[in-house]
Amino acid sequence: MCRSFIFISTARIRRHICLSVTLLGTALTASQTVEAQNTPLISGGVGFITLTNGGNTTYLPVISPLVAAPLGKHFLVESRATLVESFSPKGNGESGYNSSFLTAVSFAQLDYLAGKHVTVVGGEFLTPFATYNERLTPIWISNLTSAPLSFSLGIMGTGSGLGGMLRGSAMSNGKISVDYAAYFSAASTNAQIQSQRSTGGKAEVYFPHERLEIGTSYGRLLEQTHQNFVGAHAWWEPADIPIKLRSEYAHGEHSQGYWVETDFRFSRSATTDTPLTRLEPVFRWQQTFRNSPDPQDGLPAADTQRADFGLDYHFPHEIRINTSYSRQFSATGDRNVWETGIVYRFLFPTWRGK
Amino acid sequence: MRMRWAYLALGLVIITGKPVLAQGNKSPAKPAVSNREPKIAESRKTDESSGEQKFQQNCSRCHNAPQGFSPRISGTIVKHMRVRASLSDEDAREILRYLNPQ
Repeated sequence: MCRSFIFISTARIRRHICLSVTLLGTALTASQTVEAQNTPLISGGVGFITLTNGGNTTYLPVISPLVAAPLGKHFLVESRATLVESFSPKGNGESGYNSSFLTAVSFAQLDYLAGKHVTVVGGEFLTPFATYNERLTPIWISNLTSAPLSFSLGIMGTGSGLGGMLRGSAMSNGKISVDYAAYFSAASTNAQIQSQRSTGGKAEVYFPHERLEIGTSYGRLLEQTHQNFVGAHAWWEPADIPIKLRSEYAHGEHSQGYWVETDFRFSRSATTDTPLTRLEPVFRWQQTFRNSPDPQDGLPAADTQRADFGLDYHFPHEIRINTSYSRQFSATGDRNVWETGIVYRFLFPTWRGK
Repeated sequence: MRMRWAYLALGLVIITGKPVLAQGNKSPAKPAVSNREPKIAESRKTDESSGEQKFQQNCSRCHNAPQGFSPRISGTIVKHMRVRASLSDEDAREILRYLNPQ
């Protein structure tokens, strides 16, 4: 199953959609005199993904819409959801498919741009831990369809928190910029919003000339047996070489893991647009280590190594094909994972401009 | 039944993708530089260069730039990215100027 999605019940998504529509409606009503550039937008991605894991194939049609609506100069309402239908052959000689409809709301939040260095976030937000959860989970952004094996460490189970967060740019100039985020999430077992009582934050330093970013994260689970999570990440995009290097490490009480990803986009070094320049080879290496059993943390039960080889192709009009082959090595058994996906990214105003 | 709707929706979006994206004037666009106003033109070039640099450093770090979008949503995009990417106030202004060069 694609690990990028945090699945919740259909009833929950309906309520979230109602909430999002209500918030969006409020935004539209409140902004009768919308500034020329501040029209609410609808964005997101729609795709079809096939996943063959250890010989079992799953088909995943998916749509992930995002809405953002400014309320005056200082407020912004935004929400993102994912709707997936999963099909897999019944097997055992039976014809037909088993299917299930899965939905998720990644975030539904109100942002208050309080000042130059502070934004106050309230509502359901993505847990700010390391980089993958906040930056790379959208299907129109990630180079590889599957999330890293260590993705679930530090994001407190659901990947979302319910409460408040402060974030912003602590300082920024031509040589260095420092960003931060700190949050507190309440526990919620409500069918609409599920989250764990937790707190944490992260800090990042970016060097524009070197195009190097390093950061560290901390999270503490405040339910049942309290647990600490620590993370670190480093991203580098050399100015002279058309590659990106991304890496992340996460450590929990019972397990730890890291991943390193690099991609090469031919268009970054080419001056003309040709079919070749639309290719993007991707490679990711990842390892997880199990210290003691914990069925809740989401990592494999045994130490695991995995190499992902991807090849993406960027068509015109925001259509992209992602393909990948992965070989996973573990004491519980080695396996091959094949993934193919086509994704279309959309982005348009909620109403037509003059 | 749901599968049929999902395929239908996917097909419609892909087929209609081009017209949807093609509507309106697209950003980012190059600023209209006038020969009669060299100082202003130079200033605009600086804005564009600085804004483009900020765009590359902050936005392109995670994702490819959209191939085009209506200028009516450029302010909303920058607000959204200011929160997502923790953009500084100045960086957000420069990126907005880059997206709306007039």
